[in-house]
Amino acid sequence: MTVGGWRPARVVETVPATPSARILRLAVADWPGSLAGQHVDVRLTAEDGYQAVRSYSLGSYGSGETIELGVDEIPDGEVSPYLVRDVLPGDELEVKGPLGGYFVWQPGGVAPVQFIAGGSGVVPLMAMVRAATDAGAAASARLLYSTRRPENAIYREELSDGAGDRGVAVSWAYTRAAPAGWDGQVGRLDDERLREAVWPPSSAPIVYVCGPTGFVEHVADALVRLGHPPARIRTERFGGA
Amino acid sequence: MAVISRGFGARRRESDPRLPPGQYLTEDFPVLSAGPTPRIDLSEWRFDLRTESGEGASWSWDEFMDLPIEDVHTDIHCVTRWSKLGTSWRGVSLDTLVDAVETEASYAMAHSYGGYTTNIPLEDLLGGRAWVAFEFEGEPLDPEHGGPARLLVPHLYFWKSAKWVRGLTLMDDDEPGFWEQNGYNMHGDPWTEERYW
Ligand SMILES: Cc1cc2nc3c(=O)[nH]c(=O)nc-3n(C[C@H](O)[C@H](O)[C@H](O)COP(=O)(O)OP(=O)(O)OC[C@H]3O[C@@H](n4cnc5c(N)ncnc54)[C@H](O)[C@@H]3O)c2cc1C
Repeated sequence: MTVGGWRPARVVETVPATPSARILRLAVADWPGSLAGQHVDVRLTAEDGYQAVRSYSLGSYGSGETIELGVDEIPDGEVSPYLVRDVLPGDELEVKGPLGGYFVWQPGGVAPVQFIAGGSGVVPLMAMVRAATDAGAAASARLLYSTRRPENAIYREELSDGAGDRGVAVSWAYTRAAPAGWDGQVGRLDDERLREAVWPPSSAPIVYVCGPTGFVEHVADALVRLGHPPARIRTERFGGA
Repeated sequence: MAVISRGFGARRRESDPRLPPGQYLTEDFPVLSAGPTPRIDLSEWRFDLRTESGEGASWSWDEFMDLPIEDVHTDIHCVTRWSKLGTSWRGVSLDTLVDAVETEASYAMAHSYGGYTTNIPLEDLLGGRAWVAFEFEGEPLDPEHGGPARLLVPHLYFWKSAKWVRGLTLMDDDEPGFWEQNGYNMHGDPWTEERYW
């Protein structure tokens, strides 16, 4: 895997996703394509040459010259508020990638697969959900998605609609407030909720966990406690608490 | 020529000459690893050193604590672009450990509880440049930061500072470790931005 240098990327579309997050579609000439789960480094350059770089996962996968990012605003942040509020179609930035050869899903395995997302951690898992659906492997894939409130879920509509015969089964968890009529608990994912919503250790799933560091630590620890072998748990930590 | 991003820069972070290119300053301590955090009991912990000829040395936790312990004050730089300045650690110098064996090797592979590996040229581990650290800011090292003990090679990107380290294998020839097989540079010097292949 050779990454290569910085490539110019033009913003072609910005789609509001939640009150604090936005989906950005970027056109990248000669984009080499990516595996589901990979990320890019995004580089921003100010008029005076000042630069900042952050990593963002790809919600898209495969070939094609348009890539998709899903960015959630960290209120005190330097880069995410710019990407979520300021950037407009036609603006330019740079990307390097695709990056990461480990937190990826590719069709072909026999084991069931479990995706567990916290907040914007759903972005690379969305690429995997899409890839599993396209590959006809959705029946053996599940997603558990934890957000503060229903309206904070990036890709909420696509995930809610997809759960038909062809799509990946989605379970939701809410840490602050649930939708009307919700009969489950509200709060941090606990062992019981994980046991309910996740393929059991006896079916030997491979588990992908992604989100803020604190979320990933908490979920990965709980999975090990529930009997999932550490070697079958792949994590990607986005930073922060 | 870099592409200018219209309107970017209003919230810029302060820059600092102690930061390698492309790094930004963080005050907290981010965690990045490939899987769950291993929990290792001190009574079971061991550090094993194997040479290229198969000879070895091994320390239990208590034996390790009897080795000379050094205070280390240093900056650290993660390939995901955060840097932390002026961190304080305590640990055993790799010079002390490698002195216990006979070796002509040029490279080392660090092995961790949990299966992580990373390769480092031996010259980057010797000469007072690397430690097995077990204290951070005066406290025992947290499991999520690699406790009970991690490698500390502060002049290389931090993925080389293997968490939950359990030993080193010395080698004549370089071989890629875990992230190195997954797209990261074989060496990892932050000042020349040796991030990826
Ligand atoms: C491999 C990888 C993939 C990522 N993918 C995505 C993605 O798809 N979508 C996305 O929105 N973000 C993603 N991130 C996080 C992203 O790179 C930035 O860290 C985040 O946008 C904050 O950047 P900032 O410049 O706005 O804040 P900064 O100015 O860097 O930091 C401001 C403060 O926010 C804290 N902080 C940083 N990141 C987070 C976080 N994720 N949660 C809570 N607090 C944080 C910092 O510790 C700091 O105190 C990913 C990170 C990694 C390592």
